[in-house]
Amino acid sequence: MSEQRSTAEADRLPVLKTHKVYVGGKFPRSESGRFDRAFAPDGTPIANICRCSRKDVRDAVTAARAAQAGWAARTAYNRGQILYRIAEMLEGRSAQFEALLAAGGATSREAAAEVQAAVDRLLHYAGWTDKFQQVFSSVNPVATSHFNFSILEPMGVVGVLAPESPLLGLVSSIAPAIAGGNTTVVLVTGGQPLPATTFGEVLNSSDVPGGVVNILTGRRDEMLAPLAGHRDVDALLLCSPDPDVARSAEIEAVHNLKRVAVRPHEDWTDVQSPYEITDLQEVKTTWHPIGS
Amino acid sequence: MQMSPSGARIESPPIDAVGVEERVARLCSRSIKKDAKLQALHLTLSMIDLTTLEGADSEGKVRQLCAKALQLHAALPDLPHVAAVCVYPALVGVAKRALDGSGINVASVATSFPAGQAPIEIKLLEVRKAIEAGADEVDMVISRGRFLAGDFAYTADEIASVKEACGDAHLKVILETGELGTLDAIRRASDLAMRSGADFIKTSTGKIKPAATMPVVLVMLEAIRDHYLRTGEKIGMKPAGGISTAKDAIRHLVMVRETLGQDWLDPDLYRFGASSLANDVLRQIVKQRSGIYQSFDDFSL
Repeated sequence: MSEQRSTAEADRLPVLKTHKVYVGGKFPRSESGRFDRAFAPDGTPIANICRCSRKDVRDAVTAARAAQAGWAARTAYNRGQILYRIAEMLEGRSAQFEALLAAGGATSREAAAEVQAAVDRLLHYAGWTDKFQQVFSSVNPVATSHFNFSILEPMGVVGVLAPESPLLGLVSSIAPAIAGGNTTVVLVTGGQPLPATTFGEVLNSSDVPGGVVNILTGRRDEMLAPLAGHRDVDALLLCSPDPDVARSAEIEAVHNLKRVAVRPHEDWTDVQSPYEITDLQEVKTTWHPIGS
Repeated sequence: MQMSPSGARIESPPIDAVGVEERVARLCSRSIKKDAKLQALHLTLSMIDLTTLEGADSEGKVRQLCAKALQLHAALPDLPHVAAVCVYPALVGVAKRALDGSGINVASVATSFPAGQAPIEIKLLEVRKAIEAGADEVDMVISRGRFLAGDFAYTADEIASVKEACGDAHLKVILETGELGTLDAIRRASDLAMRSGADFIKTSTGKIKPAATMPVVLVMLEAIRDHYLRTGEKIGMKPAGGISTAKDAIRHLVMVRETLGQDWLDPDLYRFGASSLANDVLRQIVKQRSGIYQSFDDFSL
């Protein structure tokens, strides 16, 4: 009996899931029709991954731009609620993420710890959404008869080169950007894209408006330059330890003088701070005339 | 069956809606890239009727639109200019003065745009006032109510008398295809308009959706082709409403080229009625030349 069953299993062709990208609240394939294959450490193929082109980058920026004003106009409290909701949904699917991380080579203990840390990181930024303004805005002493104050505003569309760290690093780069009212185009180019594409499914079921986070998979040398050069992208968050990668993107970014933040970390355990939010904010200072 | 103003009985052929959809889908799949794309984008710019038709239009807004028509993008001085600026009759004088000597026409909607629900005398007066103010082109609307009720003779007479009031000005006849219901009715209205004196037939006012969809435009282009084959007369076409991207515009150009031939790829015979199309085309031209994706922030309103 058992011999027969194992023969049947051996004959069966596995159905590999194509992990589609997440753009504008939908899950399209790459417009190029290309895909790469993801492998387990032992070499067995486990999934198909979209290999996006510069036109996918273009479409993702369009979606992010369309979503930006609405997302920034939400109350800070509501953005916190939504970030909390992402944490809830991630927690609810922790078994799936642990399995994906384990398939990428993590031990089950490491995988469980990373998923928990990712959930906690979302909670951290959920808490900060309606507090960082109070901490970092200021009333400034000036000598003239003006009421002078500075507040933070989101930069707009932020291009994110996601780190190698497949879940914790990904969450740690996206969460502070969207907590402050930015929308994002995230390039996942590392060796483990499956947690990122699955995180797109989590976002899609977490009240996050379509277009706020757009996740593209593919190759860095095809996607980073068009994103870094795109004049409708306002800032870049480059999570790469390789200084040449950051440098080449910064050169492209001069076209519209994007702000560039570089995160060279390989271990993302402690990369958690409100300054991660303020690095993607613009300071607006107002001079308001008073009295005589 | 319908009567033309001359009294001859004319008949419009039935339209195969499924065939139209299929033909459109096939034409939409053409890939226009690189130099051909750049050429198409320039051609599109030269065919645009830059339009503002809002109740809130002011002299300042029209002057601003004319300034845009005169200089589409400061960084690209070698661009062609748009074909015309299209405004309400009350603002024709303002546009005419702003565009003086530029070669850009002033088009005016008239005949109680957009509904067309006014007595014929008032419509004709409006046309004459627009012409007096200096309009080079008049965009009229047909009385859809009478047309749909089957009163084709009324519609034909209406178009003919507006044409007479236009004098030398070009007449574009707006069918408002979104209200005509079927492709058969659109074909019939197209035939009627062309036989009654239209220089151009135009899909829509832009106030009603759906407006210039591809199947509707194809049916109208085929009507123009059949009219040309029968009479040798070249009638122009103007899709308006809903064409806001360069990609859509290029698809239209492909359809025109395939249906009517090279002669119609000319601002004298093909126009786009649009307000936001110009900036998308400009964005694509700059992208095509520089290789860098552009932002709408870099282009004037």
